[in-house]
Amino acid sequence: MMAAKFLPADKLNEWIAELAESRRVLVPVTEQNAVVFRPYAKDTEPVFGRQANVPPKASIFPASERLMAFTYVKNPEDLGQVAVEVQETIEPEPTVVFGARPCDARGFTVFDRVYDGKKVQDPYYKARRESTLFVTMACDDPENACFCHWVGSSPSDPEGSDVLLTPLEGGFLVEDVSKRGKELLSSKLLSDGSKKVKEARAAHAAALAALGEAWSPAEAPAKLIEKFDDMGFWEQVSAKCISCGACTYLCPTCYCFNVTDERKGMRGERIRTWDNCMSFQFTLEASGHNPRPTKAHRLKNRVGHKFSYYPDIHGGAIACCGCGRCIKFCPASVDIREIVRLSVERPVSKPEKQ
Amino acid sequence: MPVLEELKAQIARRLPELDMVIGWGHGYDCLHRTPVFIENAADIEKLVFDPLCVHNLSTYLTRYGSGKKIGVVVKGCDSRSVVELLQEKLINRDNIVVFGLPCEGVADLGKVKRALQEQNLDMGRVKSATVEGGKLILAVSGKEVALALNDVLADKCGRCRYHNAVIHDEFAGTPVEGQAQDAYEDLAAFENQTLEERMEFWRGQMERCVRCYACRNACPMCVCRDHCIAQSRDPNWVSQGDGLEEKFFFQMIHAMHLAGRCTECGECERACPVDIPLLLLKRKLGKEIQELFDYRAGTEPEVKPPLLAFKVEEDNINERGW
Repeated sequence: MMAAKFLPADKLNEWIAELAESRRVLVPVTEQNAVVFRPYAKDTEPVFGRQANVPPKASIFPASERLMAFTYVKNPEDLGQVAVEVQETIEPEPTVVFGARPCDARGFTVFDRVYDGKKVQDPYYKARRESTLFVTMACDDPENACFCHWVGSSPSDPEGSDVLLTPLEGGFLVEDVSKRGKELLSSKLLSDGSKKVKEARAAHAAALAALGEAWSPAEAPAKLIEKFDDMGFWEQVSAKCISCGACTYLCPTCYCFNVTDERKGMRGERIRTWDNCMSFQFTLEASGHNPRPTKAHRLKNRVGHKFSYYPDIHGGAIACCGCGRCIKFCPASVDIREIVRLSVERPVSKPEKQ
Repeated sequence: MPVLEELKAQIARRLPELDMVIGWGHGYDCLHRTPVFIENAADIEKLVFDPLCVHNLSTYLTRYGSGKKIGVVVKGCDSRSVVELLQEKLINRDNIVVFGLPCEGVADLGKVKRALQEQNLDMGRVKSATVEGGKLILAVSGKEVALALNDVLADKCGRCRYHNAVIHDEFAGTPVEGQAQDAYEDLAAFENQTLEERMEFWRGQMERCVRCYACRNACPMCVCRDHCIAQSRDPNWVSQGDGLEEKFFFQMIHAMHLAGRCTECGECERACPVDIPLLLLKRKLGKEIQELFDYRAGTEPEVKPPLLAFKVEEDNINERGW
C-alpha cells in the first residue's frame, strides 16, 4: 500500500541533505536564466517552482558516455604485431534525481521499452536505471507549452517516478510510487500525511484542469504514415526549422545515439553520445547516401518516430511525454503539437499531374 | 498608415514576382512570435510587427536554392546580415527583395523571464501580452504586470546605431531618428578581470552547453551547415565527447569564423536554450576587427570585408613597426 507522508516546507532542504549523505542527489538549480540539474552539495540552493530547461535525461543516459577504454599494445618482438586491450567501463553511481517533473521521469518509460526490452537489454542503460531513483514534484501550474495530457499523462502522473511530492499549503505530500521509493520514506523528517491526501488529489485535478481540454493523437500513427510521401506537407511544416538539435537534446524521450572511437595515439575510448535527427550526420550512410537528406525529411522523422513508428511497435505508447521543451526552447518556435494536429486534420496533398 | 499596414500593402504588391516572403507571425503563446512564410495573398494576414518580433529572418536566405526569389522582412540589425551576406556573395541581390522596417528595439525574453521571476511568476504561464505606452503589459497567474519596455529590451538595442534597415527595396513607416554609441562597456568590464577569472567564467558557462548547435544554426552568417567541423569526422577536429574542452573549442572556432563577419544580431545567444552569453565572445572579436581594420560588419554593401581581402599593409596595422 502506498504511504502518504507529510514534509514541512522548511524541512525540504534538510531531507535532500539527508538523502545526499549516501548517494549522489541531482537537484534543479539556476544558472544565468537557465535551470539545470546539478549534484547537491552543502551550499546548493535548489529551485522547484519551475520546469528545468534541461531535463535530467543525462542521469541515466549521459550526453556522452564511455562504453570502453582501449589501448593498442605493440609486441616488442615484432612491432608489426599490435594487440588491443579493452577495459569495460560500466560505472553506475547510486543516484536520486530530486525535484524533476513527472513528465521528466515518465520520459524514461519510453527508454525502458527500447533499452530494457524483452529481447535486448543495454547493460549500460540498465545499470544506471537500476541505480537511479526519481523523487518528482507534481506540477501545480502547467505552462503554455505543456501538453502532457495529450499523450496519456498528467501533471501528477506517477509513472516512472519512485516518490511523488505534491506541493501543498505549508509543505509537501510525499507518496511512494514504487517499492524502491518506499525505502526513501524512512526519514524522521516525514510525518503522517494521510489527512492531506484529499487536498493533494484536489491539487492534481486543478493542475490537470488548467491544461484545458486534451486533443487526442489516437489517429496520428495512421495519418502520419499516410503523409509519409507527402513532402509538400513536410516542407511546409518544417519551413521555419533551423535544423539545430535543441528540441532533441532537451527532450526527455529522445534516445538516439551515435558511437565513435575517439583515439589519441595508442589510447582511446569508444563513446556513445546523444544523436539528433535534425542533424545531417543522422543516418548518413558510409556510401554518402542519406535517406533523410533535407530538414523536411528530418523533422518528419522526429514527429513520425514519436507519434507513429514508436507507438506502432510499442503497443500504442507515444514516445513523447508532453513536457513542451521542444516548443518552448525552439529558437523558431516550431510547435510539434501543431504539426501532429495538421497531419491528422489535413488531407494528403494530391501530386500534380505529370 | 501604421507600419504593419504599410508593410502588408508593400508585400501584397510585390508578392506576385516572388516565391515567398518571410516575416513574423503569432507563435505558440502570446509572448512568442514565429517566422511565417507568405506564399499567397491570404497568408499576408498572418503578419505581425511589434517588439516581440525578435528573430533575424535573414538566416533563412541562404537555405534556399539560388533559383528562388525571396522577400525578407528586416529590422535595422537584421538588415546588416543581409548586407554582409551580399558582400560575401552568399546571396544574389537579384533574387532578394528586402522589406525594411524602422525599429525602436526588441524584447529580450530572458529579461522578461527574470523580471517575472523576481515577482515569483513564470514566463511560461503568461496568458496575454500587450505593448502600450512604452510598457509590456502581461497577465500571468491572475496578476497584471507592467514592465517598462526599456528595462526588457535586448542589450543590443541600447547600443544600436542602425534602427532603420540599412538596405531595402521597400521601407514601411517613418525612419527612427538618432543613434546610440557603442563604447563596448560590457566588454571593458569583462576585460578588467584576470585571464584566470575569465577562463573560470567561461568554464562555468560552458558546463551547461548541450551541444545542440542552436547558436550555430540560428546564425545568419554560419553557412557551412552540413560541413561544419564541429561534427565532421573527416577531418576530425572536435571529438564527439561533451567535455568542457570540446564545447569551448567549438565556441572558439565559431567565434573565429565570424570575426569581421558577425553583425552582432545576437541570435546565437537568443537561440541558446541554456542561456550562455555567447554574444560576449563575438563582441570581443568585433571590437578587435573594428580597431584593426576600422570595419563594422554589414554596414557598407560595396566594401570588401577585411578578412576576405588582402592588402600588403593594412592602414591600422603597423606590421613593420613590430
